[in-house]
Amino acid sequence: MQTVLQQLVNGLSLGSIYALLALGYTMVYGIIKLINFAHGDIYMLGAFWGYYVIHQWHFSFWPALLSAMVFCALAGVIIEYLAYRPLRNSPRIAALITAIGVSFLLENGMSYLFSSNVRSFPQVMDVKSYNLFGIKVSNIQVLILVVSIVLMILLQLIIRRTKMGKAMRAVSVDPDAAQLIGINIDRTISFTFALGSALAGAAGVMIGLYYNSIDPLMGMTPGIKAFVAAVLGGIGLIPGAALGGFVIGILETATQALGFSAFKDAVVYVVLIIILLVRPAGILGKNIKEKV
Amino acid sequence: MALLKVTDLSVNYGVIQAVKKVNFEVNTGEIVTLIGANGAGKTTILKTISGLLRPSGGTITYEDQEIQKYKSQKIVAAGISQVPEGRHIFPGLTVVENLQMGAFLRKDRDGIKTDFDMVFDRFPVLKERRNQDAATLSGGEQQMLAMGRALMAKPKLILLDEPSMGLAPIFINEIFDIIRVIQQQGTTVLLIEQNAAKALAIADRGYVLQTGNILMSGTGKELLANNDVQKAYLGG
Repeated sequence: MQTVLQQLVNGLSLGSIYALLALGYTMVYGIIKLINFAHGDIYMLGAFWGYYVIHQWHFSFWPALLSAMVFCALAGVIIEYLAYRPLRNSPRIAALITAIGVSFLLENGMSYLFSSNVRSFPQVMDVKSYNLFGIKVSNIQVLILVVSIVLMILLQLIIRRTKMGKAMRAVSVDPDAAQLIGINIDRTISFTFALGSALAGAAGVMIGLYYNSIDPLMGMTPGIKAFVAAVLGGIGLIPGAALGGFVIGILETATQALGFSAFKDAVVYVVLIIILLVRPAGILGKNIKEKV
Repeated sequence: MALLKVTDLSVNYGVIQAVKKVNFEVNTGEIVTLIGANGAGKTTILKTISGLLRPSGGTITYEDQEIQKYKSQKIVAAGISQVPEGRHIFPGLTVVENLQMGAFLRKDRDGIKTDFDMVFDRFPVLKERRNQDAATLSGGEQQMLAMGRALMAKPKLILLDEPSMGLAPIFINEIFDIIRVIQQQGTTVLLIEQNAAKALAIADRGYVLQTGNILMSGTGKELLANNDVQKAYLGG
């Protein structure tokens, strides 16, 4: 029982990182039907930004987190503007291939500029472990979980309550109609990239702190796992991405706990295959019937 | 005075010229209708006025400004709202949220509130279903919602693309009654219809469009009485 709970705690903190990343995938997919394969690399940029500002400018955790979010939001907007916007009216496969290209560019560009060595992330916080009923919980795990949940609630509020959030929903269901009521599509898409990338930036800083190591290729595997999480929950659905992230995180830690560490990545891909075969719309997805 | 003046408008889809040097105008306070068969270019003209398509030639003048190069949001802000063919309400958003979206560019809270009451007044069924997902409305109700949403932008000119398409006869009459009310309350109407008889009956003036050209024009009554129009579009 204790082991199960212990793994659940570990799974939840890892899962919240996946959830933050999956939200970016799903929002971008929802609005321009693009799987942004460079999303995992935005998360890497966030981690490097965090590394840099803590190391060089001696930022503490919160300024590092917030500035990484701003930095990644900008990076996301710039990438969309330069790489995806010119392809807006091209076949979707063109944008998809471009996304893979952007991903390679960021990974190899960062390796070139800052070397591909693994660096240890500066510990801006003393790690404390608490023992709750026999379960070991570190302050960083709690921090990750709380920050992620707060960010998800904020995201939900932005999407439900603000004008830009409503514009995002309108553009994602019907871009033409959205234009006809005066919504600026380009600006709405930029905003979506900014939001999704900011979440990835936060995830990057937190994972640096949690795993204590970063490198230019660190975004690849989590990026793909977060993509699986988004598909698992139902691509395009925001609650689905959060749910999928937690499920994948827990699944991964459970696999490790059962002694199959070598298969922890494979399990995630097996899940992807199963979900695509059995329920391609995802856990929360449904085949929507609309009246015409 | 012409509120909207379309001069020598041409629109291409790739190599196909869908609209060929079309001229027409809409005066303040009128209901003007463009009638014509499928593929005559009616929807293309409306989309070009709204800024969704770019013309290959000609000008669109609205309130003495050339607007053919404006982006769609600037055109909405200038006072032109389109109710698109097939209604295009936002599924997943409630009726109230759909109407709020119509007022997207407005900042006058009091005015928006007044217009909410006005829309609910005009379409009582929307008030009844205000918190329902818009996708659950019937076709006729969705059409009313789409019109209500366009009116929430407080347009001077409303463009209606096939508002009666696919509706039950009882709704068709209601929609045409509402178009008249919209005009009486001061909004100018440009109406596109395949139901030529109904459209000409309420229109001040009409234009007959065929494969991208204006074939003839006249008052609604003149066109209704015209032999060629009767043969081609009124089944007479």
